[in-house]
Amino acid sequence: MSDQGTPEQVAAWVDAPVEDAPAPSGARYMVLNMGPQHPSTHGVLRLRLELDGETIRNCQPDIGYLHTGIEKEFEVKTYQQAVTLTDRVDYLAPLSMNLGYCLAVEKLLGLEIPPQAQWMRVMLTELTRLNSHLVWLGTHALDIGAMSVFLYCFREREDILRLFEMFSGQRMMTSYFRIGGLALEPPRGWDQRVKKFIDVFPERVDEYENLLTRNPIWLGRTRGIGVISLEDMLDLGVTGPMLRAAGLKTDARKDEPYSSYEKFDFEVPTRTENDVFARYQVRIEEMRQSTRIVRQAMEGMPPGPWKAADQHVVLPDREKMKTQMEALIYHFKIVTEGFRVPAGEVYQVIESPRGELGFFVVGDGTTKPYRVHMRTPSFGNLQATARMVEGTLIADVIAAIGSMDFVLGDTDR
Amino acid sequence: MLPESLRQHAVAQAVEAFDAEAIVGGAYDRGELALEIAPPKIASVCGFLKYDQKFVRLSTVTAVDRYPAEPRFEVVYELHSLERNQRVRLQCRLRGQDPVIESVTSVWRGANWYEREVFDLFGIRFMNHPDLRRIMMPDDWEGHPLRKDYPITGSRV
Repeated sequence: MSDQGTPEQVAAWVDAPVEDAPAPSGARYMVLNMGPQHPSTHGVLRLRLELDGETIRNCQPDIGYLHTGIEKEFEVKTYQQAVTLTDRVDYLAPLSMNLGYCLAVEKLLGLEIPPQAQWMRVMLTELTRLNSHLVWLGTHALDIGAMSVFLYCFREREDILRLFEMFSGQRMMTSYFRIGGLALEPPRGWDQRVKKFIDVFPERVDEYENLLTRNPIWLGRTRGIGVISLEDMLDLGVTGPMLRAAGLKTDARKDEPYSSYEKFDFEVPTRTENDVFARYQVRIEEMRQSTRIVRQAMEGMPPGPWKAADQHVVLPDREKMKTQMEALIYHFKIVTEGFRVPAGEVYQVIESPRGELGFFVVGDGTTKPYRVHMRTPSFGNLQATARMVEGTLIADVIAAIGSMDFVLGDTDR
Repeated sequence: MLPESLRQHAVAQAVEAFDAEAIVGGAYDRGELALEIAPPKIASVCGFLKYDQKFVRLSTVTAVDRYPAEPRFEVVYELHSLERNQRVRLQCRLRGQDPVIESVTSVWRGANWYEREVFDLFGIRFMNHPDLRRIMMPDDWEGHPLRKDYPITGSRV
């Protein structure tokens, strides 16, 4: 005690005004710049936080660091070439992006897709949902301090990526869905590989739950955190698991079925607590439901062609191309100049792992899209950040924004 | 003036009953209803659709550049009603010279970023927008990249 001064001196220090403390008049607040290079923003998001002690008074998200002008790029690619651009937008759910774009263009073309291709698309987009949710769970837990969950999640993610590689030759930027069906014939033995994976996956989900669901640290960091009212969310454009964690049963797979989702039996999980923990529970349950869909698709895979029969749009088989003159001509036309898509405008919505993914495609009768706009779920969700974190503690910002599950590529496009 | 072919659509009828001069055209194509709205009426029509017709969600706002045609710009609003499980598209045509339209942030706060994006990439101004700044491009950027007369490649001289 003696080397710290007398009790009188200590009392004087405590009472003395501190330079940065908020005074009742002419208040000064600390401004904290979080990001753009911050490990828990998963990309380049910058938050400008104005702090009153540890409480956030004001939050201004700053985005655009990953803007690459993909929507402009669409306008100089042919419709089929542009499929590869969609992967790069939401790089954690590339097949969902492929599907949304292909469905939009197919709607513009009025193209009928054979059942096998549709079911294969459903199966692979559900595996994509698992992939995306696994990355979310692993990194979100890592942010909040549960290191080991990350390793478990990435173990299963690796299995899914190997499956994607088996189908398309690519682990992440698959571009496996093409306008008119699939890019390649499904590989031999795919069903055994998928079966092997989904046989063990439900147990693995139990494993994650064992690590987290009743973990007191996890509960302490997620329960009652990141609450935002349902009205605010609808007003600000939030979609997907966030709405479902607030008790709103909305899912484009059920409400506006596409790619024969109406033929699958699955539940849309909801919770009412509307906090970070509820969002975690919703996504965990979605993983189980997606596994159900994958199993149904695998077991009931209809036989038949995996691409549409329209020779103006879909490349002919190699065999035909080398033996039939007409097939060769179509092949040449499609490869060199692409196919013409009639004029019109469509807005196709699908349920991506993050929420409502909309493709607004304008055709003008040429071989290149006149305009493509992507309504990406991350952009809408991120807009609610400020509303969600203002008035809460700075330590909860990471948990709150992590629960939104955004991808900055998806936000900035 | 509501086109005859759209009379069977309840939403189109309701908007016409609300303000007959607001609708200047429209189409029903590939299962999607699109209404063309007179630009000065957009905020009031959106308010009507949200509070009276249960279109609680604004899915997106975007634009199309029809350069060199006039009116050059088309602002597109995608509305979604959860209760009716229905979507409707509103479109407004704007001239190329100093395009400006009323903001719908008074109806949906979520229109904020979408309109900033359209402002940034197309140079369309939104009146009464609370915070009309660039969102994707740097603040000192010149030009609006999604305009059709903006080159896809090349360096600035």
